Amino acid sequence: MQIYLPIAEVSVNAFLLLGLGGMVGILSGMFGVGGGFLMTPLLFFIGIPPAVAVATEANQIVASSFSGVLAHFRRKTVDLKMGTVLLSGGLVGAAFGVVLFNYLKSQGQVDLLVRLCYVVFLGVIGSLMFVESLNAIRKSRKNAGPPKRKKHNWIHGLPLKMRFRVSGLYISVIPPLIVGVLVGILAAIMGVGGGFIMVPAMIYLLGMPTKVVVGTSLFQIIFVTGFTTLLHATTNYTVDIALAVLLLVGGVIGAQIGTRLGTYLKAEQLRILLALLVILVCAKLALDLLLEPSELFSIGAAGGH
Amino acid sequence: MKRLLLSLLLCVTTPVMAEEVVLGLSQDQVAITADFDGSEILLFGAVKRESPILQDPPLEVVIAVSGPSGPLTVRRKERKFGIWVNADAVEIDHAPSFYAVATSAPFNEAMSNVEDQRHRVSIPRAIRSVGAPMGIEDAQSFSEAVIRIRTSEGAYQVLENSVSVDEQTLFRTSIKMPANLTEGDYPTRIFLTRGGKVVSNYETVINVNKVGLERWLFDMSRNQPLMYGLMSLAIAIAAGWMASAAFQVLQRR
Repeated sequence: MQIYLPIAEVSVNAFLLLGLGGMVGILSGMFGVGGGFLMTPLLFFIGIPPAVAVATEANQIVASSFSGVLAHFRRKTVDLKMGTVLLSGGLVGAAFGVVLFNYLKSQGQVDLLVRLCYVVFLGVIGSLMFVESLNAIRKSRKNAGPPKRKKHNWIHGLPLKMRFRVSGLYISVIPPLIVGVLVGILAAIMGVGGGFIMVPAMIYLLGMPTKVVVGTSLFQIIFVTGFTTLLHATTNYTVDIALAVLLLVGGVIGAQIGTRLGTYLKAEQLRILLALLVILVCAKLALDLLLEPSELFSIGAAGGH
Repeated sequence: MKRLLLSLLLCVTTPVMAEEVVLGLSQDQVAITADFDGSEILLFGAVKRESPILQDPPLEVVIAVSGPSGPLTVRRKERKFGIWVNADAVEIDHAPSFYAVATSAPFNEAMSNVEDQRHRVSIPRAIRSVGAPMGIEDAQSFSEAVIRIRTSEGAYQVLENSVSVDEQTLFRTSIKMPANLTEGDYPTRIFLTRGGKVVSNYETVINVNKVGLERWLFDMSRNQPLMYGLMSLAIAIAAGWMASAAFQVLQRR
């Protein structure tokens, strides 16, 4: 069944969108990621204009993270204080990101920026995750010794300290603010929640306990992507509600199937699979940039100067 | 008034070959609904004349359907620092979003170059670009690229020999409009030619409009962007909440 998307002004197969939403939903349920970093490039591949894909994907992430954060609230694994600090940084970052996005759009370089961001971040995170999970598998075979203790590093020397009870931390607000700003910028430019950057940053940079990390990251992602959606809707008119709804329905159902599938696999195996998937998407995008395109010209809206 | 003058003028200049188009369209409205996946428009008509049919040169029919026109920016990729990035850009002042030319003979036989230039019928003539910025020498390749890209998308079509003409009087053709249509007025022109010269022309408009939900959503996103954004957020939050609630119910069982 073909459906004409009112804002994207392209006609696509509705079942393809439901399927894409479902597939990414399954993956996000299995691996505990938002799935935006997979969905947005997939939308590029099926011919949705990049600007619409980015803005609409932000809207879809609001739905999936809201659904996820409710479960975390029930388990009391959301650090609201840390979430608020990250959020204030995130909103500043998102506003800056949209301004940057609009500027680059007028320069005709927005596709390049979005693609470069994807290649760099997917590449780095994919390979880090791959190496890390390989090590974890090797360690579990060898039955490694006691876990390493937390070390004091330069982060603990910064001023403006604050106590975060749920996370059991007493650290400066500067690093979480910076992390928030960076993720906000990425959310606006890449149309992702930034969970796949936020989660490692919270664990390794801020030293937060893993059990509160996902809930807290989801909590602040809702607001950052919600804000991004509104900014894109009011400045670029690129949020396609029909596209968002189709992706949502598929994604929400897929996420539930994925959560169940995930229980059958070991954590390290899951992460290796995810890492391979991330690297694959990255490689495809990188090849597009490196190989000579078959069509050198592209048509854009006028008034770009 | 204009058309009256034009037909008067035609009567004066070509008194012998006073031939006029009577046109019918299978539809003069194309409604873009949510399940729109392209449309086929049947154009048919007859030639009205008071004098006996002229046998030589034969009557040919050229039909041009054009989408709404607007300015475009065409960019060309170049290899910089090892990756392919957009470099040169040329503004095209006027390019239709859709353009189909159907003829009853090969285009060059049906319409002479001079007439094509006057009426801007063939695809390259329908695209206008005033001038490229300094430093870009091959500006021509940019408008050629527009034609190439849009032809491969099915937005620009050259349909030679696709108009059938019976007894030099009745003609018909069908034009496929792709699923990715932009809305607006689609000016449709019909030319009767003899020996490459235009003996009569006729103009009408096909209306392409988003309707129903598509119309409502599009208008809302433009006129009340804040409301539209809040509505998308509300839908997202509701869907997320419903999924979580449904998941809980399923888990309890």
